[in-house]
Amino acid sequence: MSGPRPLVEVRDLKMHFPILGGILRRQVGAVKAVDGVSFDIQPGETLGVVGESGCGKSTVGRAVLRLYEATAGSVIIDGEDIAAMPAEKLRRKRPTMQMVFQDPQASLNPRMTVAGIIGEPLDEHTDWPRAKKLERIYELMDAVGLNRDFANRYPHAFSGGQRQRIGIARALALNPKFIVCDEPIAALDVSIQAQVVNLLERLQDEFGLTYLFISHDLSMVRHIADRVAVMYLGKIVEMAPVGVLYDAPRHPYTEALLSAVPEPDPSLEARKDRIVLKGDVPSPANPPKGCNFCTRCPRVMEICRDIDPETVQIAPGHVVACHLVTQHQTTGATGGTEAEHPKHQQGEVL
Amino acid sequence: MHDGAVPVLDVRNLKTVFSTRSGEVHAVNSVSFDLRPGELLGVVGESGSGKSVTMMSLLGLLPSPPAEIRGGEVWLGDTDLLTLGEDGLRKVRGREVGFVFQDPMTSLNPVFTVGFQLTEPLRTHLGMSKTRARERAVELLELVGIPDARRRLGDYPHQFSGGMRQRVMIAIALACDPKVLIADEPTTALDVTIQAQILELVKELRQKLGMAIIWITHDLGVIAGIADRVMVMYGGQVAEHGPVRELFANPAHPYTRALLQTMPKIHGARDAKLRVIEGQPPVMGRHPESCPFMARCAHAFDRCARENPTRRDIGAGHDVACHWDHRTGEPVQDLAEVAS
Repeated sequence: MSGPRPLVEVRDLKMHFPILGGILRRQVGAVKAVDGVSFDIQPGETLGVVGESGCGKSTVGRAVLRLYEATAGSVIIDGEDIAAMPAEKLRRKRPTMQMVFQDPQASLNPRMTVAGIIGEPLDEHTDWPRAKKLERIYELMDAVGLNRDFANRYPHAFSGGQRQRIGIARALALNPKFIVCDEPIAALDVSIQAQVVNLLERLQDEFGLTYLFISHDLSMVRHIADRVAVMYLGKIVEMAPVGVLYDAPRHPYTEALLSAVPEPDPSLEARKDRIVLKGDVPSPANPPKGCNFCTRCPRVMEICRDIDPETVQIAPGHVVACHLVTQHQTTGATGGTEAEHPKHQQGEVL
Repeated sequence: MHDGAVPVLDVRNLKTVFSTRSGEVHAVNSVSFDLRPGELLGVVGESGSGKSVTMMSLLGLLPSPPAEIRGGEVWLGDTDLLTLGEDGLRKVRGREVGFVFQDPMTSLNPVFTVGFQLTEPLRTHLGMSKTRARERAVELLELVGIPDARRRLGDYPHQFSGGMRQRVMIAIALACDPKVLIADEPTTALDVTIQAQILELVKELRQKLGMAIIWITHDLGVIAGIADRVMVMYGGQVAEHGPVRELFANPAHPYTRALLQTMPKIHGARDAKLRVIEGQPPVMGRHPESCPFMARCAHAFDRCARENPTRRDIGAGHDVACHWDHRTGEPVQDLAEVAS
């Protein structure tokens, strides 16, 4: 794709956690939490990452910010590969990339005041005088809709939604370009979720932020994201612009995932032909041979149990890793450019 | 409240109060509902709405102090559960009323095998022999769709996946063939594809066994798919109640209406901006004399502060506790209350 250079370019990212065993605690295996993930995020864009627990979506978020040392792959943010960056340089790079965590209860220090929490990144990365820092803290509190009078209170005095606002203000403190939001609304009540999502959207417009939005809530991702990546067992199985992914999914897992979401409409629910997947997600320490989804796929074929499908681009910005799609294309059903290059690696085409 | 069959469970004006250092909390404030044979009643509410505390009050599961049941009646058949002592309640729990909790990892005992936990209620409540109870346990595991049931009796809870554990919980709850099954957020801790499996299972079990179910959740989508009737709770009381299609088609309480609008949809048009319910969830039941939703309500007026609305019938088995009339957009004129 032409156009401006992506702000975030992730190529073949792998995050394998060692499994230690025996008396000598030698490595006896690896949990392949993330196993070869590639994507780009354009400036100002929101990429949603969805999947079930254990699919590696949070690990991707953390590895992208180098909160984990990735096993392999590159993460280029704003032209610099942070996966290979020395520690001191990385520290100076940190202000441009921040994170909002899932559980505002656990990610805020209960012994620090709100002003202390929001101001901590400023203490760490600026040498501003106190008054200027305080001014900035007030400004941030205004931006996220917290009352300035509460700056000296402690996190326990706030509700879940307000605590999440504190976490967002802290992430904004250093004027980042890129924010990883890891399940930012999962711990909140339904009536509060919309408040926080609207806040994130407003801040994106105001400050030109780029988001990696990780969530298991498919309806909310549909609302907030421009493009969506669906993960299963450490891999992206399908990625497409939000409209395409929700209206015309091509991967059987995406289809099943979307059909499993209960809708608040009784007549629709009664009519719905739900795809109910059998079984559970296999362990990422011992993924099946062939396609990772072959143990649960309702449309599994012989080849799926043998060969891991390659990721192919079937339309601009729409990539799928499934033999159903690959076969369809190699048999020459379509005449477009994609059919001529059915085995395009996603990294090359993007 | 309505005509038809005699309810299996009939709760009237239940009041539960917690005494705390900062005063009394009216966690359950005059809650009434009934459950008819074979039906599934969905109870919807956010944290602090009183939905779980209501169900725990029914079975005397709340520690007292701080909890105190201040009044009401809970009729299970012709017994008022609130008049029973601990011994009497123990005979009801697990036998007449089965319970499924949210998190199967914390509600199953990790040091006992699944077989032991399944046979325990059968032996204590029904006095079955060890071998007979084991046979029944195998049947139960097969009923909830656990493959290789006989062998798995010897497994411990950690050897099961989350979805399978929840199936085990359901099997335990069903062990003594209870009249009523209370499921408290049984799918909240599960992934959507696993949730879909459990929902299918429950639909299937209802057809086979025909028990009455109370299903507590915060997910309106889940309710839309499985419930016959819905009760929406807010701030320790019933905000609105009615048959599922009627309630979703004509939500009457400002809270229900707003809640349905804040939820993004998985199909149809994408909203540019989500509708929002302003403000924070209520600090549970501090002011029982005024409407708990008042501070966040777009239609609140002076009467809402003075007088906590009682439930009024609005036809089609639908009732709402609100001083504002959703049909006229004006305050309610008449004071027709739901006869309880």
